[in-house]
Amino acid sequence: MRDICKRFNATLANDGASLALKRGQIHGLIGENGAGKSTLMSILVGLCTQDSGQVLAAGSPLPPGSTRAARAAGIEMVHQHFMLVDEFTVLESIVLGNEQGLTLAPSFKRARVRLQEISETYGLKVDPSSCIGDLPVGTRQKVEILKALYRDAKVLILDEPTAVLTPTESERLFAILRGLADAGTAVVIVTHKLREILDATDRVSIMRRGRMIDSLSTSEASVQYLADAMVGRHVNLARSRKEVNAGAVRLEARSLICDRPDGRPALRGIDLTVRSGEIVGIAGVAGNGQSELLLALSGLLPVAEGIILVDGYDVTKSTPHAIRKRGVAHVPEDRLGMAVVATMSAQHNFILGYQDDPRYGSQLLDEERIEDDTRRAMEAWDVRPAEPASIFSSFSGGNQQKLVVARELARSPTVVIVGELTRGVDVGAIEAIHERILQLREDGKAILLVSSDLEELRALCDRIVVMFEGRVHGELPGNADEQLFGLLMAGISAGALQ
Amino acid sequence: MEEAFVLLNSALRLSTPLLFAALAGLISERAGVLDIGLEGKMLLGAFASASAAYVSGNAWVGLLSGVAAAVALGLLHGYACIRHRGNQVVSGIALIFLASGLTGVLAESWFRQGGRTPTLAAEARFLPVSLPMADAIADIPLLGPVYSELISKHTFLDYLSLASFAVVVWVFKSTRFGLRLRAVGEHPLAAETTGVKVPSVRYVAVAWSGAFCGLAGATLSMAQAASFLKDMSAGKGFIAIAALIFARWRPGRVLGTCLLFGFLDATAIRLQGERLVVGKLPNELVLAFPYIATVLLLAFHGGRARAPAALGQPYLPRK
Amino acid sequence: MTSTLPPWAEYFLMPALNMVVALVGVGAVIAFVGEDPLRAILVIGRGVFGQGEGLAYALFYATSFVFTGLSVSIALQAGLFNIGAEGQAYVGGLGAALACLALDKYASAWLVIPAAIGSAAVFGSAWAALPGFLQARRGSHIVITTLMFNFIAANLMAYLLTNFIREPQAMQVESRSFVADSTRLPRINGLFELFQSHYENAPLNLMFIVSLGAAVGVWFLIWRTRFGYCLRVVGANPKAAAYAGLPVKRILVMSMLMSGGLAGLMAVNVVLGDQGRLVLQLAGGAGFVGVAVALMGRLKPLGVIFAAALFGILQQGGAELAFEMPSVTREVIVLAQGIVVLMAGGLEQLFKPWLSRALSWHGSISKSVDTGTT
Repeated sequence: MRDICKRFNATLANDGASLALKRGQIHGLIGENGAGKSTLMSILVGLCTQDSGQVLAAGSPLPPGSTRAARAAGIEMVHQHFMLVDEFTVLESIVLGNEQGLTLAPSFKRARVRLQEISETYGLKVDPSSCIGDLPVGTRQKVEILKALYRDAKVLILDEPTAVLTPTESERLFAILRGLADAGTAVVIVTHKLREILDATDRVSIMRRGRMIDSLSTSEASVQYLADAMVGRHVNLARSRKEVNAGAVRLEARSLICDRPDGRPALRGIDLTVRSGEIVGIAGVAGNGQSELLLALSGLLPVAEGIILVDGYDVTKSTPHAIRKRGVAHVPEDRLGMAVVATMSAQHNFILGYQDDPRYGSQLLDEERIEDDTRRAMEAWDVRPAEPASIFSSFSGGNQQKLVVARELARSPTVVIVGELTRGVDVGAIEAIHERILQLREDGKAILLVSSDLEELRALCDRIVVMFEGRVHGELPGNADEQLFGLLMAGISAGALQ
Repeated sequence: MEEAFVLLNSALRLSTPLLFAALAGLISERAGVLDIGLEGKMLLGAFASASAAYVSGNAWVGLLSGVAAAVALGLLHGYACIRHRGNQVVSGIALIFLASGLTGVLAESWFRQGGRTPTLAAEARFLPVSLPMADAIADIPLLGPVYSELISKHTFLDYLSLASFAVVVWVFKSTRFGLRLRAVGEHPLAAETTGVKVPSVRYVAVAWSGAFCGLAGATLSMAQAASFLKDMSAGKGFIAIAALIFARWRPGRVLGTCLLFGFLDATAIRLQGERLVVGKLPNELVLAFPYIATVLLLAFHGGRARAPAALGQPYLPRK
Repeated sequence: MTSTLPPWAEYFLMPALNMVVALVGVGAVIAFVGEDPLRAILVIGRGVFGQGEGLAYALFYATSFVFTGLSVSIALQAGLFNIGAEGQAYVGGLGAALACLALDKYASAWLVIPAAIGSAAVFGSAWAALPGFLQARRGSHIVITTLMFNFIAANLMAYLLTNFIREPQAMQVESRSFVADSTRLPRINGLFELFQSHYENAPLNLMFIVSLGAAVGVWFLIWRTRFGYCLRVVGANPKAAAYAGLPVKRILVMSMLMSGGLAGLMAVNVVLGDQGRLVLQLAGGAGFVGVAVALMGRLKPLGVIFAAALFGILQQGGAELAFEMPSVTREVIVLAQGIVVLMAGGLEQLFKPWLSRALSWHGSISKSVDTGTT
């Protein structure tokens, strides 16, 4: 790829980025959220059309924006969010788009044969007749890779492949990728995890703010160098934390059992306490019940068994409204889908959840006061532009999150539960938000933080609880070794760690 | 016994337009395009087929015209929803108004009979046919009557509806188009990444939906009645949608639900004017019965659990 | 797609543009059946602005459409597509008629008319309550249930009128005429007399003022009160509404009740203001016009009023048209409705970008920045 430029309205996603991929090499592409990695890869695969620059396969340029041309050149991608239909079987998923003829029977026959070959060559075994919806995440990823191999991929791109894997599964994946590379495929791993790059790749390219900063052999790179290149300045990997004594228990869950809306169990008996002045983190691979825990604690998911106590009061059967009144603030994981009404103005989102506040009038809404409050909050949190009447969706991800957090903190809650504090937020805003959270801790709030970003958790939390399959699987102090976390997240019991 | 056969026979015939309409909705919605406008396409199909049949004196010409007209209307809906990513519910409602208005104006303007088309002669209609040997074996106990009263004595369109059902099931399960259609309705982005052209598949699905609606309409105006009458679809398109929801978009259950509705309809008509324990059934109640039944159906079954995952969401390709 | 149009363009220009396109479509059909579309337009114009009564009639129809338009708008603001306004209006008419039939011989207009208005609203609400409840509690799709209720209403009313409300010896399927003194709504004539035209026959009545008042009321409720804010949140993002602790089910049902009540009020315009008795099919399609009006008016009361006026003009013009060109029936109005709904809802994006670019040249737009994500 040469000098790729791509602009999305006001944002220059890719600014003259160039990338060279060689056969038999595992190439890591690293960068922060918003650095431009996904855009670059979308262009490579033809899902996106670059404004200028060329993509060359074996020397000849590919027509831009054509997925067909990319596929013909053997470029395949395994997306971060799997492109699989839950209702389909593995066989159907592989055959889709590659059918021979109008009926499916010949395609199925060919696919079975090919799958057999691939499984023998690379050791990737999956039952062709199993339904995607029944498969665990790691196996689904295998299906995605099989799809690419079925189409004779010469370049295989994996976008954040380990986001949903335990450390053990990740290792297995890297072994498979090494096998593919040895067989001649060019592999690209897009990630923001420094450790993975160093462990798994031959070469690494770093992107920052749309630009390709550097490209070097992995053996020559160090963690510090990569981190600095990613962020652009010397990153303080350790954050300074004050000593705070944890106070009274503010939030408590006992033997919590909850089911998902479709009936599958989500929480199988959770015990949890959060005290004043401490940040408790919930770690775990996504899908082990963390999201449901947040929803249950805030009253949005009905509890089958167990108790939730806020300051000693039983709120198990309480409505979200009542729980909010008890001083619990909730910053949801799903920002645009749940935390806000994106089509309304910032000020109208500022009162969401707090619309009953007598400050804002009894029957009529006191728009002026709402506007004032919002403006003040925007200035305090450096939200730009500080215009309360602007539509919420017009703000950048970082500013949106700041608004949500500002809203939830504005009424001095005693307990704050947060899901994915800084997802989709740019680096500058992340630092600001982290500082605020630490400040809250010093002020004596009880904070529960669910995050899929282990580094964030380790930077902020006093102690981290690891969830696995709906249970608390173990608890570690915030500064414990990452390996230990990995094992717990993978389901290895705490006893085996000793 | 004789009574039972007559009842079942008419139940099957009454369920035909519903089955066609439900199949139409099934195809469109399994591909992810919400189709509330079945009613409108049916109505236009009914009008076009009756008009063409009258003018040409030929039932087949009528049938094809009805299908063509409904397909055209369906493609308009497709254009609004697929190309312009419009709100699919609103577009469907628009279809109903368009069909109602168009058929009203054209019917009066062309035929001057107060909004209906002229009565069709027998040759220009689809009348019940006797299957071969029906008379011959009519006397054989059980087998005879079942064959001659229940299986025979339906119109071509009735048989076509059942055959279509079988074809649709097969297409969904065992053809390339069926696979792609299902993929597009569940996860269009995934389909696109494998090279499937989402808009094309959806347009084809919408066109087929129109075709089946046209057949539904033709059944109304050429088989069940002898002409087009103003607003003759009378909500059947919506009942078909309710059947679709109740059947969770699975073809087998769709067939069962439509047959059930046909049976209920036939029973209600049979009971019209009969003395029951509580006195005579009011005429209006019989007429209102399908609508009440639909509401009850939806009240008990309710929501859209297990709908095709991408149903109703306009597809935005990243570009 | 984030550039916004200034209010005047959003609520006047766009609806007007919608109507123009609709008329072009209607004109095409008229030409198709062999008549002259331009002449048709002239006839429509003459029917409304030519003679004295035309404008009054147009406003009379517009009154009905304001009510049904508000009805559909308020439900849509809560995310519910209520196409049952037709049935709700019909049943509302029953309520109004029952009040009149019960009271007209014994009480004066000061009692009977408010009673009829109240009764119409209550009956209309009641007819909308069950679909609303089913949607909130059971998730039954409101579009289907309200439409079914339209059909059920038609049959119910036919049954009641034929068997209970009709005078014993009467041939017509309708109620007896109400006592005029206690039920006739004041006509709005004074204004027009200034122009020295004959407006006595036009049924434009008090409900016209009431409809405008209702529009103001709806605006106030939805955009100025806390309840209105909650309703809008429910309509815009039900998940966020639940998160915010809003009683979503209750709000949904209440919005349907209000919607039905407004639709019921439409009936008063016809039953008391024009017919003076209860007749079959009194809504005459106004419930469905309300859908077009609501969408065209962007769910905002001001837009609804303007859209209702446009459709009122079309209705009156259409009556004139049917008179002068018998081959073009009143169904053209339904056709126009269809095109408007298709434009306003389905093809919404068609004009907006073009229009906003055209207007930006005048510098009257504020563009909000769209930040693309990588």
